[in-house]
Amino acid sequence: MYGLFLRHFYLITRSFPRVLDLVYWPTIQITLWGFISNFFATHTTYYNNAVGVILTCAILYDFLFRTSIGFNMLFLEEIWSRNFTNLFIAPMKIGEILTSLVATALIRALIGLIPAVLLTSPLFGISILDLGIFLFFLFLSLYLFGITLGILVSAGLLRYGPSFENIAWSTMFLLAPFGCIYYPIEILPEVFQKIAYLLPLVYIFEEARNILINQAVDIQNIYYAFLWNGVYFVLSIILFYYSFNVAKNKGTLINMGE
Amino acid sequence: MKNLVEVKNIKKNYGKNEAVKDISFNIKEDEILGLLGPNGSGKTTTIGMLLGLLKPTSGEIFINGQKLEGNRIEILEQINFISPYIELPKKLTVKQNLTVYGKLYKINNINERIEFLSEKLRLKGLLNSITGELSSGQKNRVSLAKALINEPKVLLLDEPTASLDPEVGDFVRSFLEDYKKEKKISILLASHNMNEVTRLCKSILMMKDGIIIDEGNPEELINKHGRKNLEEVFLKLSRSKNELN
Repeated sequence: MYGLFLRHFYLITRSFPRVLDLVYWPTIQITLWGFISNFFATHTTYYNNAVGVILTCAILYDFLFRTSIGFNMLFLEEIWSRNFTNLFIAPMKIGEILTSLVATALIRALIGLIPAVLLTSPLFGISILDLGIFLFFLFLSLYLFGITLGILVSAGLLRYGPSFENIAWSTMFLLAPFGCIYYPIEILPEVFQKIAYLLPLVYIFEEARNILINQAVDIQNIYYAFLWNGVYFVLSIILFYYSFNVAKNKGTLINMGE
Repeated sequence: MKNLVEVKNIKKNYGKNEAVKDISFNIKEDEILGLLGPNGSGKTTTIGMLLGLLKPTSGEIFINGQKLEGNRIEILEQINFISPYIELPKKLTVKQNLTVYGKLYKINNINERIEFLSEKLRLKGLLNSITGELSSGQKNRVSLAKALINEPKVLLLDEPTASLDPEVGDFVRSFLEDYKKEKKISILLASHNMNEVTRLCKSILMMKDGIIIDEGNPEELINKHGRKNLEEVFLKLSRSKNELN
């Protein structure tokens, strides 16, 4: 018994991502649900005239989640199947690998999204299409951010190996409290608001609520969402190339073990 | 015969640990070079550097006259690799896996190539089988087919017959001998199977602690060290201090 405990104890203490994983899950859950509870306790009438807002935001968030996880899954599949080395000795440029993963992740996300969108109307009498033409921009922005997160996590997998896998599953939850998915940004403490304004998510979800509740469009929100997406996307690509070079120095590419 | 692989003074350090210490060797066209050494001697690191998966700390590698650094993609089109430690996606059929790699290596006539390799490697009846459900011997032949899908000029083999029964092992060795003769390719064979190395290789490099401690053809090495066979030479060198003979 003690031996089995030691086996896992040694593994955890040898891996920073595993330690981080233990700590941040409870922290994130408590933070996220704390803000949601706080919001509903103090703004009981906020959603009175727009019952579909929460569901629409849930669908948008799920699209983001699927895109990001979908991208990570494609990368992790190669590690799990021990095909990783085969992939990286094929004559493909890093840009080609990333492009094919980005395109495949989109198809995966759409396969998950379309049934959800179709079901909301007959089941709840709500259509996400109420967001109009701006729905396309919101989805595009979410897709870009999902892909960016996927690339960042894949860079971590290259750099740290499979022990980074747990981070891969939980990046979305890490950002959820700052994303202001189910509540307006004002509910966050001021320090958190400053962080939230550095993420494209807050602009996307604020704009979705703005369109549905106020029947108005604030182009500035969409502009800022794309601006921050552009910044993070470029950074993620740079980090991926950097991680690839680090992996080539450290030998991670030929040694994808624990 | 020209050198298809030229390795010049490569070193690889992981922090303070020197995994490979300034080694040089060549592999000629139509040659199988054996790479022997105990675990941790630097064989896998050397192969990793030849595949462009590891960046040498210093030194240069040339494949078919092209420098690896700066020409990685062009060179990867000309080489391939097989190891028992890497596998093909288990859920795909054999044909799907070979098609995927045919596409990745930009092969024009994929179906013809798969047909040719499946004929040569006794895979005809397995093309529609799920890769993960195959036996070790069958998986090994599929991996070999993948490694030959791009008609590589240089083939790197890490323990290609490990865990195979004697019949399949013999089949793979015979296949490699014939294929090398027919296509005039260069093969680097890292193996712990001394009979296999004696049979296939005209030249051998013996590595230990990151350096080449001896080289020559099997017969020369056996005579030089006054041993009965290559396994005894291997044991002598593995247990000796690192002195160049």
